[in-house]
Amino acid sequence: MSSYSVTEPSARSKSVAAVLVVLYAVITLLPLLWIISTSFKTGPDSISYPPKAIFSPTVEGYVNLFTNRTRATTEQLATMPPPANFAEEIVRKRNEVITGPSRFGERFLNSVIIGFGSTFLSIMLGTLAAYAFSRFKVPLKDDLLFFILSTRMMPPIAVAIPIFLMYRTLGLSDTHLGMILLYTGVNISLAVWLLKGFIDEIPREYEEAALIDGYTRFQAFRQVVLPQAATGIASTAIFCLIFAWNEYAFAVLLTSGNAQTAPPFIPTIIGVGGQDWPAVAAGATLFLLPVMIFTILLRKHLLRGITFGAVRK
Amino acid sequence: MPNPLDTAARATPDRIARKLRGLSDRAIAWAFVAPTIFLLLAINIFPLIWTIRLSFTNFAANKPNAEVKWVGLRNYERILTDPDIWQTMQATAHFLVWTIVLQVLIGFTLAWLINRKFRGNDLLTTLIVLPMMLSPAVVGNFWTFLYQPQIGLINYAVEFFTGIPASSFSMLGSVTLAPWAIVIVDTWMWTPFVMLICLAGLRSIPDYIYEAAEVDRASPWRQFWTMTVPMVLPFLMLAVLFRGIENFKMFDLVVQLTGGGPGDTTLLSSIELKREAFEKWRTGYSSAYAIILFVTVFGLASIYVKALNKVKER
Repeated sequence: MSSYSVTEPSARSKSVAAVLVVLYAVITLLPLLWIISTSFKTGPDSISYPPKAIFSPTVEGYVNLFTNRTRATTEQLATMPPPANFAEEIVRKRNEVITGPSRFGERFLNSVIIGFGSTFLSIMLGTLAAYAFSRFKVPLKDDLLFFILSTRMMPPIAVAIPIFLMYRTLGLSDTHLGMILLYTGVNISLAVWLLKGFIDEIPREYEEAALIDGYTRFQAFRQVVLPQAATGIASTAIFCLIFAWNEYAFAVLLTSGNAQTAPPFIPTIIGVGGQDWPAVAAGATLFLLPVMIFTILLRKHLLRGITFGAVRK
Repeated sequence: MPNPLDTAARATPDRIARKLRGLSDRAIAWAFVAPTIFLLLAINIFPLIWTIRLSFTNFAANKPNAEVKWVGLRNYERILTDPDIWQTMQATAHFLVWTIVLQVLIGFTLAWLINRKFRGNDLLTTLIVLPMMLSPAVVGNFWTFLYQPQIGLINYAVEFFTGIPASSFSMLGSVTLAPWAIVIVDTWMWTPFVMLICLAGLRSIPDYIYEAAEVDRASPWRQFWTMTVPMVLPFLMLAVLFRGIENFKMFDLVVQLTGGGPGDTTLLSSIELKREAFEKWRTGYSSAYAIILFVTVFGLASIYVKALNKVKER
């Protein structure tokens, strides 16, 4: 800065602040780095003491994550044909053979289907409602924020009781559709609130000009408002997606065999004698990494969703 | 005789013109809002009403064909006089108070430091925010590994810095340490949230206020307490409200970490609710419990919001 400013912190206070914040960041990221590094360790390396920071990496954890295995004796192994792929090779070194794929792939796919499905639905319905809330006199308008807050006060388990009964009657329990509708119902009030904020910022004059030019209301909405709100819609979508992706309470209570998502599944990964930590870490890494990357890439757009839209610029 | 509708139309000519071309605004408004309202009714309102109804019965979800008896307020009476429930409330209060205290202290400090605007502060902010974006159940499950007495990273770090042998204590297995172990993980995960809101608060303070204070020769200490803190306070209180609501109903993280143990010392109300509703299948009883929890949060939050509005008005 060329001119002197009283509000510009001094260089020294800046560097002290920087050092402290870097220190905090290192400590806070250590558990996440540990998840990723554990996923590349062998079983014995993962539970050695003192904990190993330097080790020879292996994809054993990932192989364990995606396969079911059984123990085989050395004689049995000797009679088998040579390993068909690298996964077989890794497993046989530990006197095991692959018996088939594990359920992780399915669970991950469920997370993708339910996450994207509910996000799509929340955004589609949410944008329509937000537009109406922003531009027209609609009942409930003033109660919206209060409504969001109060639905969030109900513990998920409390909501899960009647939903469980309702879904059982309707045949929606443990189905993708049921979970998509549920997550949409949970997300939509926040989505409407965030989207309303974004649409409020688009000047009404744009639409009015379009209306005068002979557009119908619906055309004006589609061709004028939607493109203007695209950034807002995208950041709300990311937020809905992350919620549905991370959700655990409903998933563990309302799904079991068919529509179970990854969060209830990952903690149940067990190996021979206790939890197979490299495999758990591998599952966690694959599950968490997309969110981490998203967060870093889209940091500017995420902020509003995180702070509930309550903190506006 | 002029038609009143026509007079209205002449007052707003573009409105009537629009009506001729397509759906009326009113119809569009309703068509746009209806699906959302339907979903909110189905997923939020209807379950709430159903829970209230169930809370007056002895219904058990695992015996759907058994006769359902109307028991009046007996479920509520039993819950409010049950000492075990009060113990879970205590555990919840301990968790709630300490997570908020720590998150406010650390979160505000971080925001204050980041607001020094050193180079690279936005990238660091993003990195610090990472934990709160992740799945609490998956992360919580991995923290049980970090907390292992023999092999865990946390115990190793404690031994490294203090010399207390790593295998001599178990963060999740000891009745005195477990309530703190869950506070630590929640603080690790959610401090960034408080930090972000505080940061927004700090950035909302216009520079000229500090310039004026500088002219008046107010000491930095005085500037901090008479200007920075009061101006960030509404933001901070908002952060506390959100964290308070979230942690009152905390389930996923703690159920993975301790499952309520050891000896019910970390049995938060949501975990207790899950046991009653989905393990013991006392649906009527747990519905009453759910309503009590809801009313408690609702009441506390309403009082708090009133206080918040007063602070904002100042």
